[in-house]
Amino acid sequence: MAVITFKEYFDALLEGKLVGLKCQDCSVITCPPKNTCNDCGSYNLEKTTLSGRGVIMTFTSTYIPPSGYEKEAPFVIGMVKLEEGPWIIGRIDIAPGKADELSEKLIGREVEVSGKEFPSEQFYPDKDRRVVPIFKMIDK
Amino acid sequence: MKKRNVAVLGVGQTKFGSHPDKSLADLFADAFKEAFEKSNIEKKDIEALYYGNFNGELTDGSANMGGFLTDEVGLGMIPAYRYEAACASSQVAFREATRAVAAGYHDIVVVGGSERLHSAGTALGTRALATSVEGIHEITTGLGFPGVFGLVARLYAKEYNISIENLREKMAHVSIKNHKFGARNPKAQFYQKMGDLDVETVLSGRMISSPLSLYDCCPMTDGGSAAIVTTDKIAEDLINKPVYVLGTGQASGGALFRQGANLIKFEPRRKSSQMAYKEAGIKPDDVDVVEIHDCFTIAEIIATEALGLFDYGKGADAAEQGETDLGGKVVVNPDGGLIGKGHPVGATGTSQIYALTRILRDEFKSTSVKGAEIGLTDTLGGDFGTLCNVLLGRGR
Repeated sequence: MAVITFKEYFDALLEGKLVGLKCQDCSVITCPPKNTCNDCGSYNLEKTTLSGRGVIMTFTSTYIPPSGYEKEAPFVIGMVKLEEGPWIIGRIDIAPGKADELSEKLIGREVEVSGKEFPSEQFYPDKDRRVVPIFKMIDK
Repeated sequence: MKKRNVAVLGVGQTKFGSHPDKSLADLFADAFKEAFEKSNIEKKDIEALYYGNFNGELTDGSANMGGFLTDEVGLGMIPAYRYEAACASSQVAFREATRAVAAGYHDIVVVGGSERLHSAGTALGTRALATSVEGIHEITTGLGFPGVFGLVARLYAKEYNISIENLREKMAHVSIKNHKFGARNPKAQFYQKMGDLDVETVLSGRMISSPLSLYDCCPMTDGGSAAIVTTDKIAEDLINKPVYVLGTGQASGGALFRQGANLIKFEPRRKSSQMAYKEAGIKPDDVDVVEIHDCFTIAEIIATEALGLFDYGKGADAAEQGETDLGGKVVVNPDGGLIGKGHPVGATGTSQIYALTRILRDEFKSTSVKGAEIGLTDTLGGDFGTLCNVLLGRGR
């Protein structure tokens, strides 16, 4: 019956560790953590540490961001399928123009996730900080 | 308990676009007046008010609008409910209104919505919209709505083995069609504008969130809409051409990243629309005209698939081949949709009801859909969080 708060999740990410919850009923891993198993809805969850590696499934280079995020723009948002199965969202460590130039070639690239701290913004629930998962390409 | 059949009386909609001198209450009141005057009822006949508004808190510093609205339009002390489901707000309000009438709790109610996103300006408007992406993990990346559908477009291209360049051309046809219809609609934000776009022009728009550029996106809009809902029997006594509510559906989905590979199949939308088809006793092929949630060109394409109008993976080709235009398999967004008509979020749901009701009454002069018997609405609230559908049928 483990719970991981978003603060604990982001604390771990800043230390380079990706944590999640493993369902003791159906074995599916939920990451980022939520209150129930992402597959079967069970509360029977235990904390687990993931590899932090996965592949890029999709991305978008954002040139016009919502207010509060202007200073960080433009940036590339991506969704990554982790080795353990779950998809997570974050920013890809690549210039937006380069990402759009690579286009389809960026899909399927292997990445590793870490956390980067930014100042909070007016409406973000954590008033002290925002942590953004950053996907770095793994050179092969 | 036997449910009663439900029908639509009068409908109303403001001009969509820029209304810096109109409040949220004014925009609702203008739409309400039009709907009320076409319903042959008195104010005292209206028993409840259902109001859709997404983010009056951020754009106008206003919440708890229900009581102010009943007072504003002279409805006295009747109960008022505010529904918030992002872009599906007034569609969900409409569905709840029909359920209250069907169940016998009320005989005549008004439902509508209003929003002021154009007046909020692009930065605040974009942030207001972004409050309906997942609030911890998605928003921290700076994800806004163009971003959501940029991610979706690339997933679609990959899944169905279409190059991004080719997909952008196919998406352009959605923009061209919806702007064509919007340019004809006097109540559209882009009335008499951009009615003859071509693929080259659409592709030359500035990139917003790749691969979506300017003409792939709906605008920021101020506007209001309203409809008055009652039973079939009451409607038949009051007006010549009631339009009947044949079925409704609603479903929910989680954050984008939780849906993973299922994202572009849009299961919650399939579930919601199947619920509506089943209640109406019809199949997707029976639908003649659809008001679809085309917040972005790719959004219209994946919606036509999940609604069962085209097979998965065939929606982009259907758009390119004119299957969603007049004379095609099913007419999609003849009022211009969100792209051509505008998207005052909380008012969008009942503006779809407005367009379809008038089309099924042969009153929608800017683009008539000849012989249309059955219309479907479709709204998506948030990044795949709330799906709502309504099926309307022409009176016989």
